[in-house]
Amino acid sequence: MVQAIKRIMELNQLQRSFLEYTAALFREGFLDSQFSQLYQLQDESNPEFVVEVVSLFFEDSERLINDLSRALDQTIVDFRKIDAHVHQLKGSSSSIGAQRVKNSCVSFRNFCEAQNIEECSKCLQQVKQEYLLIKNKLEALFQLEKQIVAAGGAINMVEWML
Amino acid sequence: MDASGVSSTDGIMEEPHVLAVDDNLIDRKLVEKLLRNSSCKVTTAENGLRALEYLGLGDDRQSSVTDNASKVNMIITDYCMPGMTGYELLKKIKESSNMKDVPVVIVSSENVPTRINKCLEEGAKMFMLKPLKYSDVKKLRCQLMQCRG
Repeated sequence: MVQAIKRIMELNQLQRSFLEYTAALFREGFLDSQFSQLYQLQDESNPEFVVEVVSLFFEDSERLINDLSRALDQTIVDFRKIDAHVHQLKGSSSSIGAQRVKNSCVSFRNFCEAQNIEECSKCLQQVKQEYLLIKNKLEALFQLEKQIVAAGGAINMVEWML
Repeated sequence: MDASGVSSTDGIMEEPHVLAVDDNLIDRKLVEKLLRNSSCKVTTAENGLRALEYLGLGDDRQSSVTDNASKVNMIITDYCMPGMTGYELLKKIKESSNMKDVPVVIVSSENVPTRINKCLEEGAKMFMLKPLKYSDVKKLRCQLMQCRG
């Protein structure tokens, strides 16, 4: 009986941590409401949906960031190509609610238009930084989720986020 | 009415078939889930050419013998795509004799009035901002029902 209560208390603590962690991510602007939309899409037919989409986002972003590095390194910089890549990254980050990454892409596109290589390089660094930050945070969040599920709990993000 | 006595318009009320076109993998995955969760059958295409091929409107005349076109109840396409834009895809669909009455919805992450007007003038049913939400899909389904009235 005591064991059962202990387990419930542990689960409770995990869920509280999850809630606090997520709230902070929203508060600090790392995530926006589109992220909660992802959880609204998740259901029993696809309980890993959010993790799958976010993993796709990680792969896609890393590829785009590498392409951007290479493009900026060229002797003759193709700004249209760079803009196309940034547009893609802006789209993906917006679709999963990665607000800071999206915003850094917006600045990047402005400097692309101005064809300013130096500022574009700075923007790329900024984008990279924001990407790594959100990647770490989401991975930590998913770890917490795993622990909650392992402890017999469930994630009902929709209720917590509204 | 066909021989079994089931009206062919009944199918649309239950499970409309939507062709979703977007070059972004994440957006394709999202729109597919959104539509499936809303009781739609979904086919995705990663660009305009593939979409046209699916509809039997591709350049390869051999591919024009297809059942797909008659089953599609709505097309949702991204505006900004490399190669063929959503606008160009819209034009091709409106030029086709058997697909011109299928509603086409254009989506974009950017709210550009001239772009929106251009698409509506060319016959797009609606223009919506990305990322799509459940409320957007609800609107689309209402549109579909009105279409068949």
